[in-house]
Amino acid sequence: MGGMAAPQVAPVETPDTDEVPAPDRPWVTIVWDDPVNLMTYVTWVFQKLFGYSREKAEQLMLDVHHKGKAVVSSGARERMEHDASQLHAYGLWATVDRS
Amino acid sequence: MFRRRGDRYVATFAVDEVRVLRKVASEVVGLLTDGFDHSDPVVCRLFPEVYPEDAAGTAEFRRYTEGDLKTAKIDQAGAILAALPGDGGGEVRLDAEAAEAWLRALNDARLAMGVRLEIKDGTDLGAELDDAVADDPSSSRVFQLSVYAYLGYLQESLLNSLIE
Repeated sequence: MGGMAAPQVAPVETPDTDEVPAPDRPWVTIVWDDPVNLMTYVTWVFQKLFGYSREKAEQLMLDVHHKGKAVVSSGARERMEHDASQLHAYGLWATVDRS
Repeated sequence: MFRRRGDRYVATFAVDEVRVLRKVASEVVGLLTDGFDHSDPVVCRLFPEVYPEDAAGTAEFRRYTEGDLKTAKIDQAGAILAALPGDGGGEVRLDAEAAEAWLRALNDARLAMGVRLEIKDGTDLGAELDDAVADDPSSSRVFQLSVYAYLGYLQESLLNSLIE
């Protein structure tokens, strides 16, 4: 993600998938690093959508930036799809996976 | 660049800036209407595969969410077009709701341009621009890179004025 001076990389990893998924396992929403989104914007979106504190939102943003991705929410599958769809509306690169 | 004045977010745009903003917002609308195609890498970035390893799951998700998402993106680009002054340039005054629509729309425009310009992690925009100018100062790439950089500064100034 951005920073005006520090753009980001497209992800090269694949999500950690559970090979033996159980039906009652919660799902997760993952946000991936990208080279365009500004760091301040990503932090703001996390606060806005999830009501996270500035500190938590910044930490998640930094995880995305440095690790290539971060889990931003977890729960029922329908809920995660809703979150991903909201994140897409803000232009973040979000996917859903089993936790 | 945007500044907060009371409960409004205000910026003054020159003629060229108004033209550029109208062009990029119109291009986003065009991309989402006439030319909508999932095989286009820009569309792919704006509407990511929610299940990268499950095409059927992604298709199902899109069936339920894509129409709304497309409408939201067209509306937010429309918020830019609606607020822009005439071709002579002038002031834009946004309330909080319009400011957020602008933020999302500027982000969509930057995502689209970033894909086309092949912006990567660590891309040094200044160096890219220097190279492009050395190559051909009148090229479309020089123009596109300048616009991309401009939209980033504009988005950041609007975001900072919202946060402060």
